[in-house]
Amino acid sequence: MELSTAILLTIPLAPLVGCLLAGFFGKFIGRAGAHSVTILGLLVACGLSFYVLYQITAGGAPVYNHNLYTWFEIGKFSASVGFLIDRLTAMMMVVVTFVSLLVHVYTIGYMADDPGYQRFFSYISLFTFSMLMLVMSNNFMQLFFGWEAVGLVSYLLIGFWYKRPTAIFANLKAFLVNRVGDFGFLLGISAVLYFLGTLDYATAFAGADSLVGKTLTITQGVHWDAPTVICVLLFIGAMGKSAQVPLHVWLPDSMEGPTPISALIHAATMVTAGIFMVARMSPLYELSSSALSFIMIIGATGALFTGLIGIVQNDIKRVVAYSTLSQLGYMTVALGVSAYSGAVYHLMTHAFFKALLFLGAGSVIIAMHHEQDMRYMGGLRKYMPVTWITMWIGSLALCGVPFFSGFYSKDAIIEAVGESHRWGASYAYFCVMAGAFVTALYTFRQMYLTFHGKERFTVKAHHGHGHDAHHDDHHDDHGHHEPGVLEHAPTESPWVVTLPLVLLAIPSLLIGFLTVGPMLFGGWFGQAIHVDEANNVLGELAGEFHGALSMALHGFNPVGPFGLVLLAFAIQTYIYLFNPALAGRVKSALKPLWTVLDRKYWVDDIYFAVFARGGVKLGRLFWKAGDAAVIDGALVNGSAGLVQKIAAAMRRLQSGYLYHYAFAMILGLILLLGGFWLVGH
Amino acid sequence: MFNHLLSLLIWLPVVGAVPVLLAGSGRPSLARWLALAVAVLTFAVSLFLIPQYHLDGAVMQLGEDHLWIASLGVHYGLAVDGISVALILLTTFVSILVIVGAWEVIQDKPHQYMAAMLVLEGLMIGVFCATDALLFYVFFEAMLIPMFILIGIWGGPRRVYATIKFFIYTFLGSIFMLIGLIYLYQKAGTFNLHALAALPLSMTEQTWLFFAFLLAFAVKVPMVPVHTWLPDAHVEAPTGGSVVLAAVMLKIGGYGFLRFSLPITPDAAAHFAPLVIVLSLIAVVYIGYVALVQDDMKKLVAYSSVAHMGFVTLGIFIAFMLVRDAGNLDAAKLGMQGAMVQMISHGFVSGAMFSCIGVLYDRLHTRQIKDYGGVINVMPWFGFFYVLFAMANSGLPGTSGFVGEFMVVLASFSANPWIALFAAFTLIIGAAYTLWMVKRVLWGDITNPHVAEMKEINGRETFVLVAFAAAVLALGIWPQPLIHLMDNSVAQLVQQLAVHKI
Repeated sequence: MELSTAILLTIPLAPLVGCLLAGFFGKFIGRAGAHSVTILGLLVACGLSFYVLYQITAGGAPVYNHNLYTWFEIGKFSASVGFLIDRLTAMMMVVVTFVSLLVHVYTIGYMADDPGYQRFFSYISLFTFSMLMLVMSNNFMQLFFGWEAVGLVSYLLIGFWYKRPTAIFANLKAFLVNRVGDFGFLLGISAVLYFLGTLDYATAFAGADSLVGKTLTITQGVHWDAPTVICVLLFIGAMGKSAQVPLHVWLPDSMEGPTPISALIHAATMVTAGIFMVARMSPLYELSSSALSFIMIIGATGALFTGLIGIVQNDIKRVVAYSTLSQLGYMTVALGVSAYSGAVYHLMTHAFFKALLFLGAGSVIIAMHHEQDMRYMGGLRKYMPVTWITMWIGSLALCGVPFFSGFYSKDAIIEAVGESHRWGASYAYFCVMAGAFVTALYTFRQMYLTFHGKERFTVKAHHGHGHDAHHDDHHDDHGHHEPGVLEHAPTESPWVVTLPLVLLAIPSLLIGFLTVGPMLFGGWFGQAIHVDEANNVLGELAGEFHGALSMALHGFNPVGPFGLVLLAFAIQTYIYLFNPALAGRVKSALKPLWTVLDRKYWVDDIYFAVFARGGVKLGRLFWKAGDAAVIDGALVNGSAGLVQKIAAAMRRLQSGYLYHYAFAMILGLILLLGGFWLVGH
Repeated sequence: MFNHLLSLLIWLPVVGAVPVLLAGSGRPSLARWLALAVAVLTFAVSLFLIPQYHLDGAVMQLGEDHLWIASLGVHYGLAVDGISVALILLTTFVSILVIVGAWEVIQDKPHQYMAAMLVLEGLMIGVFCATDALLFYVFFEAMLIPMFILIGIWGGPRRVYATIKFFIYTFLGSIFMLIGLIYLYQKAGTFNLHALAALPLSMTEQTWLFFAFLLAFAVKVPMVPVHTWLPDAHVEAPTGGSVVLAAVMLKIGGYGFLRFSLPITPDAAAHFAPLVIVLSLIAVVYIGYVALVQDDMKKLVAYSSVAHMGFVTLGIFIAFMLVRDAGNLDAAKLGMQGAMVQMISHGFVSGAMFSCIGVLYDRLHTRQIKDYGGVINVMPWFGFFYVLFAMANSGLPGTSGFVGEFMVVLASFSANPWIALFAAFTLIIGAAYTLWMVKRVLWGDITNPHVAEMKEINGRETFVLVAFAAAVLALGIWPQPLIHLMDNSVAQLVQQLAVHKI
C-alpha cells in the first residue's frame, strides 16, 4: 500500500506547529504549555516515522516519490517541494524524531530554571522540522532549504545564551564556516543543473551515466571531469555541515550552546546531514573515484587528528565534541571507500550512543552545578549511578567493544577500508586503526576523570540560608565562585533526565547486534544506495559474515582494533586509577606535542588572523582606497572641485571694474588683429 | 475604470496629495489619515491589476494612448507587462508601509512629507507604465524632485551634500539618456518604445546609445563605480525616504535596462555584456568587503543594496551570454527571472532592513553600530524581525532573498562556472557583514545604559514589520506565482536578445 501524503506531511508539520505555538504564544501557554505542545508534536512525528519505517520495511509500501507543489518552473527547469521516502529516508526520520523526542523530554529537566525555556523548545522543534525537510526531500532545492534551515537553528541555539560573548562569537563562526561549505554546495547544485538539466533526484540519478566523459572547461585547455567536479563541490557542503577538516573548526565552539542541542544537533543529527547527503547521492559519487579518494583522505585525516585533540581536553563536553569530529571522520572514510551503508549505519549507531554521551555529560554538568571542567570532578559514580552506568554503555559503544552497537558499525568501516583498493586507502587504514586507539584513550580518560578516582571537589558546609537550587548557566557569574567548590553534594538527576539516558542506552547496547545482518550486509537499503560492483567492499565482507554473534566473537581479536582498545584501557586504568601523577609527568615530557594539540594545530588562530582580521583589513582598504579616495575623492568631489576652480577663475575675470574689461577688450583686439596679420602672411 | 486603470494608478496618489497638502500643518492628524487613505486606495486599485492582467494574453496589456505633444509626436502611452505589474504592486505595497512608518516619527510638516511621498508613488508607477520614451524620461526625472525634497528637508545633518550628490549623479546619467533619445527620435520619428525596438541600428550607433543608457541606469541601480551617492543619500535620508529609495527607486535602473538597453541596442548590449557582468561581480565581492567594515548601520545596508542589485544586472546580462554564446534559452530565462525576482525581493528585504534601522534610530538617535549591543534583552519581538530580515539579506532559503540569487547563480554556472563562483561568494560575505552587524547590535549584554531604556516595538511598527515579514516569507516559500506572472514577459525579452539588428 502506498504511503499517504497526509501522513508524510504531518511528520514535519507537527513539530513546526509546536515550534510556532511555543515561540509565538510561549507567554500565554506558559512553560508547561510550551513543553507539552512541542513534545506532543514530536510524539506524533516520531510515532508516524516508526509507522513509515514499518510500512517501508515490512508493510510492502513502495518507494514514495511525489511533488507537493511547484516552487518554480522556468522553461525546462523546475524545482518542487516534495518527498522521497525510501528505506534510507525512513531510517533517518526515525533516528531524527526519536533522538529529538528524547532531547525534548530531557530539556524539561536541563533547562528547568532557564528564562528562555519556551524559546528553547520552539527552537528545537523548528530544528526537527528543518531536519525532516532535509532528509525527506526529493530534490536539490529542498535539500538546500533544509540544509540552511538547520544551519539557522544551529546559529540560534549556539547563541541561545546571547549575553555570553563566547556564545555569540561561536554562533557567528559556526554560521560563516558553514556558509563556506554551502558556497561549494550551491555551486555543486548549479553543476548538477548544468550537466543533468534537473534538480530532481530521481531524474538526476537516472541520467547520471550521461555524465561519464563530460568535462567542464575551467580555462582554455583545462577540462575537468564532470562527475568529479559535481561530487567534490557537493562534498564541500558536507565538509561544512559535517565538520570535516579543514572546515571542522566551528563544531568544538558550538559547545557554547546548551547541552541538549549539543546532543541533538551537534552530535546525533545535523552534523550527519553531510554523510546522509553523500549516501543519498551515491549514484553520482560512484562515477568519480577521484572524488571518493578525496573524501576518504579528508575523512581519515579528521578521524585521527581531531581525535588526538580530544585527549588533551579538560572540558567534559569538549571531549565529546572532538570525539564527534573523529567519528564523523569515520563515517566520511566509509563514504570514501563506497561503503555508504556502513557510513549510514555508523551514523545511526553513533546517533544513539553519542546523544547518550552528551546527555550523560549534561547530567553530570547539572550535578556539578554547571562546572564542566573534569579536573574538578572524580568519584561521581556513587552519587549518580544511572548516569554512570549509561555513560559506560555509551563509552564502550564508542570504543567499539564487541557486542555494543558501535562495534558493528565501526569494525565494519575499518574492515571495509582494509579491503578497499582506492588510491590512498593505506593511509586511511592507518588513520582509522590509530583512531580506534585514540578514541579509547580519550574515552577512558574522560570516564575515569569524571566518575572514578578521588573526588577533586569539596562540598561547602551548609550554612542554613535557603539554598538556591537554580542551575541556570544563564548567569556567567553563577557557579564559578571557586572552581571545585560546590554548594551542596552532587545528586542523581531527575527522571526526565535519566529516562532519556536509559532509552538511549538500550539501542546503544543492542541495535547493532539486532540489525547488523540485514542493514549492513543484507542489502537492506535496496535501491536507495547504489554501489558499483567493482567498489563493493561491503559486499565482499558480507561473504565472511556469519551472524552478529560470530562477528562479535571474532571482534575479540587482540591483533585488531580490539587489541588497541585494550591497550588504551590498560594505559588509562593504570594512569588514572593507580598513578594519577603520571599524567602530569607525561604531559610535561611531551610538552611540545601537548602544545600542538592544545592549540588545535593553530588552525583556529590562522583562520581568525587570515579570514576574519584579513577580511576586515581588506574591507577597510577597499573602502578607504577605492570608494573614498578614488571614486569620491578623485572623481566625484574632484570633478566638483575642478568645476569650482574653473568657475573661480571665470569669476576673477568678471571683477566688475570697467578698466579690467577695457583692458581685456584691447588685449582681445590686439590678439585678433595679430592673428589675422599672422594668417595673412 | 479598467480602461484607464493605469492612469488611475498614476494620478490617484498625485492628485490625492493635494488634499493632504491642503490639510495643512494645523491638522497633522487629518493629513496623515488622508495620506493613508490615498495610499490604501491606490494599493486596492493596484490589486485589480491581478485579475485584469491576463497571463496568457499579449505581453503588453491595459494600454492607453493619447497624443500628447503633437509637434514632437510624443504620446501619453501606457501599458504594462508582467514585470511592470509586479513592480507596481511592490510600489503601492511599500508606499502604505512608508506612510504608516512615518506616522508620528515625522513631526515637522508631516502634511508636506506625506504629500511628497504620494507624488513620488504616482511618478514611480508612471515610470513602470510608460511606453513612450519621452514620457518615461519625464517621469524618470520628475521622480527626483520629491525625493530631493524628502532628503533635503527631513534629512540628517549632511543632507545638503547628500542631496546635491544624489541629484547631480542621477541627472548627469539621465542627460546622456536624453541625448540618446533625441538621436533615436531623429532617426525613427517617434518615441514609441515598441517602434524603437524594431529600429535597425548600426553597431556604432548601438554602442553610443548603449553607453548613454548604461550611464543613466547604472547610476540608478547603482552599479560600481557610480554607486557612491547611495550610501550618502541613505545615511541622510529619513527612514521613509530610505525605504522608498532602496525598495523601489533602485529597481527603476534594472527596469530601464529591460525597456531600453535590451530591445533597442541588443547587439551592443551583447557585446558589452562581459563588462556589465564584471561590474556586477565587483559589486558582489568588492562591495561586500566594503559593507563589512561600515560603522553606520544605514551605510552598511546601503552597500549591501549595491551588492544585491549586482545580481539584478548579472541576471539580465548573463542572459546575453546564454542566448548568444550557448544558445541556451531556458537558462537565459532562468537568469532573467532570477534578476526580476531579486528586484522584488530586494524591495521587501531592503525596505524591511531600513525600517528596522528606523525603529532603532527613533529610540536612540544614532545609527552607529557601536552605540548598540544587547538590544535583544529589551526588544525581543524586534529582535525576531531583525534576525528574520538579516537572514533574508544573507539569502537564507525560505526567505525571498534566496530565490533570485539562487536562480542567477544556477544560470551563471551554465554560462561560465567562474561567474557563478564569484556570484556565489555572496553566501559568505553577505552573511558575514549582515550577521556581524546583528551580533554587535542585537546580541550580547547591554553596555550602553540608553539601550536598557529602549522600548519594545509598538503596534504601528509591528504592523510594518509584519507586513514585510509576510511578503519576505511568502515569496521565499512559494515564488512560482510571481514567476508565473512574469513568465511571458521574460520569455519575450529573452527572444529579443537573440534578434540581431545589424
